[in-house]
Amino acid sequence: MSDLIRPFREALESLDRVRAEALFQQALLRLSPIQAVEQVIVPALEQMGSAWQAGSVALSQVYMAGRCCEELVERVLPPSDPDRKHQPRSAIVLLNDYHMLGKRIVYSVMRASGFELFDYGRMDVEEVVERAIADRIRVLLISVLMLPSALRVGEVCLQLKARGSGIKVAVGGAPFLFDAELWREVGADAMGRSASDAVAIVGGWMGEMS
Amino acid sequence: MNSMERTLTTLGQREPDRVPLFLLANMHGARELGLSIEDYYSNADNVVEGELRVLKKYGGDCVYAFYYASIETEAWGGETIFSADGPPLCGAPVIRRAEDIDHLASPDVMSSPGLVRVLATIAALKARLGNTVPIIAVAISPFSLPVMQMGFDRYIELILEQPERFDKLMRVNEAFTVEWANAQLAAGATAICYFDPVSSTTNIPRQLYLASGQQVAKRTIARIKGPTATHLASGRGLSIIADIADTGTAVVGVSVLEDLAQLKAAAAGRVSLLGNLNGIEMRRWTPAQAEAAVKRAIAQAGPGGGFILSDNHGEIPWQVADETLLAIGEAVARWGRYPLDWVRDWTDPGPS
Repeated sequence: MSDLIRPFREALESLDRVRAEALFQQALLRLSPIQAVEQVIVPALEQMGSAWQAGSVALSQVYMAGRCCEELVERVLPPSDPDRKHQPRSAIVLLNDYHMLGKRIVYSVMRASGFELFDYGRMDVEEVVERAIADRIRVLLISVLMLPSALRVGEVCLQLKARGSGIKVAVGGAPFLFDAELWREVGADAMGRSASDAVAIVGGWMGEMS
Repeated sequence: MNSMERTLTTLGQREPDRVPLFLLANMHGARELGLSIEDYYSNADNVVEGELRVLKKYGGDCVYAFYYASIETEAWGGETIFSADGPPLCGAPVIRRAEDIDHLASPDVMSSPGLVRVLATIAALKARLGNTVPIIAVAISPFSLPVMQMGFDRYIELILEQPERFDKLMRVNEAFTVEWANAQLAAGATAICYFDPVSSTTNIPRQLYLASGQQVAKRTIARIKGPTATHLASGRGLSIIADIADTGTAVVGVSVLEDLAQLKAAAAGRVSLLGNLNGIEMRRWTPAQAEAAVKRAIAQAGPGGGFILSDNHGEIPWQVADETLLAIGEAVARWGRYPLDWVRDWTDPGPS
């Protein structure tokens, strides 16, 4: 199936939805829906994430690719499909600031990779702590753009720990890219440099938690 | 040389007496006055006094008449959300549906109390400083303003999927940006910082930039009656630096994500560089780390002029300590003196 990854990725990068869909349909002739997701979509989005980190792909391309793949996967793996990865019980939130794009991209890429997760939208520290505990979340993805919001992740982690929640926290967003030490300083369990990193992080934790 | 002479010399691609330092610590003015960020920006006199104190305390070479980005969307009917420890943020989008663009009209600059406060700040700074210190004003580019007007995700979709509406929005925004930039120049600003992060290759690919952001910049900058510095606000720009130079801008604000020596080579004397200290990491720098970062930047981009040392975002975070800003000023005084003979023997020790 590796022969399809490159042309699929190129179709996504050039915003050619028709070709991306045709290539995905080709994959579906040989694979089950979840296999096609894992062997074509996930690696293509991973490569785009790496390329964005290296500066050779732009955020607009990553966003549109995530949206396109989310729609493709939605059709073959609806939210109720047993092959969807409902575990670990996960949620994503934009903490404290108002810049939605990063969260939206991660949410799309996670869903395009077969995961189901709660989208909490934008919340303050207390709101997200209460909601995550009430929902019995095991993995919380926190997106931020502004430095003050990144620093408030520390309050979330402290409160989750004080409540004995056992929730693992992964963070992402510009402040963490510009200061490689910041995620540890705020007490997060992991930091994603791109949306596809979130898939790898949650996938890894899924193995540990099962 | 005074700060103005130093800056103009380096912009002429010649070596002044030392590397100019643009310390864009606008929120630190509030701290100097013991005011909250919201109170500080509620009165032009506060910002005048704050900027003059920051200039004197840290030894920079400009004053910065920038309040906060969403002061521009206030003119379009938007609201600003203030916080105690960071830049004010833009509230709900003023363009709620793409169809709203069809009836959108450019607001009158002089009818916006926030923009009028900025103009009063510039006029007072000009009266105090004359032509000795550059007064840097800000106009968000017409191409980047929609991130606040409608949200980044919906704006990307607009650019790619609704070209006619995108064009309409650009024409309306261009009228506003030109009026706003020229009003600030008329009030006494020396130059306009044209904030254009969407044009960065972090956000859109080069081919799309050439068809969109660059065309907007060419049209807009041609109508701004003074020099401009295009700032990518931490975004990458190495592969489009010549394209940015083609817009007629004089300076490019560059990112710490890219190699400053490569950026300097790519600029090829056509534009000067502004940057690229890491403002986020700066929060936990020791004085020694600040000095090392200043030395590295000067070694990579200082020789020959055409370089202004600054942070890489166009705004130093509130959380950066006074000691760090003082250390940056001291390091520039120590290592920024031309001729930069020490650079010949300098080797990069790598990240500290």
